Amino acid sequence: MSVQAAVDKLKAKFGDTVLETSEFRGETTVVVKKEEIVAVCAFLKGDLGFNFLTDLCGVDYMGQAPRFMVVYQLYNIGTHMRLRIKAPVEESDTTIDTVSGVWATANWLERECWDLMGITFNNHPDLRRILLPEDWEGHPLRKDYPVQGPDREPYQGRVQ
Amino acid sequence: MGVEESLGNNFITTSLDTIVNWSRAGSLWPLTFGLACCAIEMMATGAARFDLDRFGVLFRASPRQADVIIVAGTVTKKMVPVIKTVYEQMPEPRYVIAMGACACSGGIFDTYSTVQGVDEFLPVDVYIPGCPPRPEGLLYGIMKLQEQIKRERNSFGAAIGVGERIAG
Repeated sequence: MSVQAAVDKLKAKFGDTVLETSEFRGETTVVVKKEEIVAVCAFLKGDLGFNFLTDLCGVDYMGQAPRFMVVYQLYNIGTHMRLRIKAPVEESDTTIDTVSGVWATANWLERECWDLMGITFNNHPDLRRILLPEDWEGHPLRKDYPVQGPDREPYQGRVQ
Repeated sequence: MGVEESLGNNFITTSLDTIVNWSRAGSLWPLTFGLACCAIEMMATGAARFDLDRFGVLFRASPRQADVIIVAGTVTKKMVPVIKTVYEQMPEPRYVIAMGACACSGGIFDTYSTVQGVDEFLPVDVYIPGCPPRPEGLLYGIMKLQEQIKRERNSFGAAIGVGERIAG
């Protein structure tokens, strides 16, 4: 089964939930609604064999709507197929359901995504900071976070 | 009265302060503590080609047995309490070498998560620039620290006993 066949099965099963599909340099990306992300992921793992969640991360498209995307990089160990799933998340409601029940590795990846990007994962078993100290305030990989930290003057360029 | 015969070949005369400082400088035991790529150069300095052992510098795995902490690498804010704890576990007199651009100043990591120089929370004795410094650089820094220790006095003018340590 090719990646395209897998995408077709996904479309046939979920219909309107699949917002967009695209291919670039042999990499297939599917954008799905965030409300159905758990069902989509369970289908991809259970029926289409994407049994390995390579990575899960967030992207901040500041200035666009929706502002955030949660990206799931999937791999089928049996057929060596890769598939990228994206789910848009609005700035007004930065929540999405956890897929840690589908792939256990999503537990820590979602903690990282929440820690650095501030996207809350509903029903996550243990959503606390993983990289930054526990008392950290803010989510530093957001584009509007000052790169040198909130307690310092921003860099003004070289003083002439 | 007085010294009526020579002491012979097996004696030297010196002050207690000098011999205390000489022995401290000659057995400077660093803590095995690496944070980033500088630690690779630190390990190379300890290994056969550069051989820190010939200066009496032996890496110890416990802060209780260490005299100097070589902060070798990028210090993140999350690492600060750990370094502080380790430093406080070291017996006095204790010394700090900031190895590399990151430990000296934060280096290229002028960011929210990185401490801009380990001197923000530790009293640094020797700064070694470089990214990373070559083993020769670390050797030179350690020898500078040894020179400083040999000159060291406390506020009563002695090398041992009570009183504040005054760097040489």
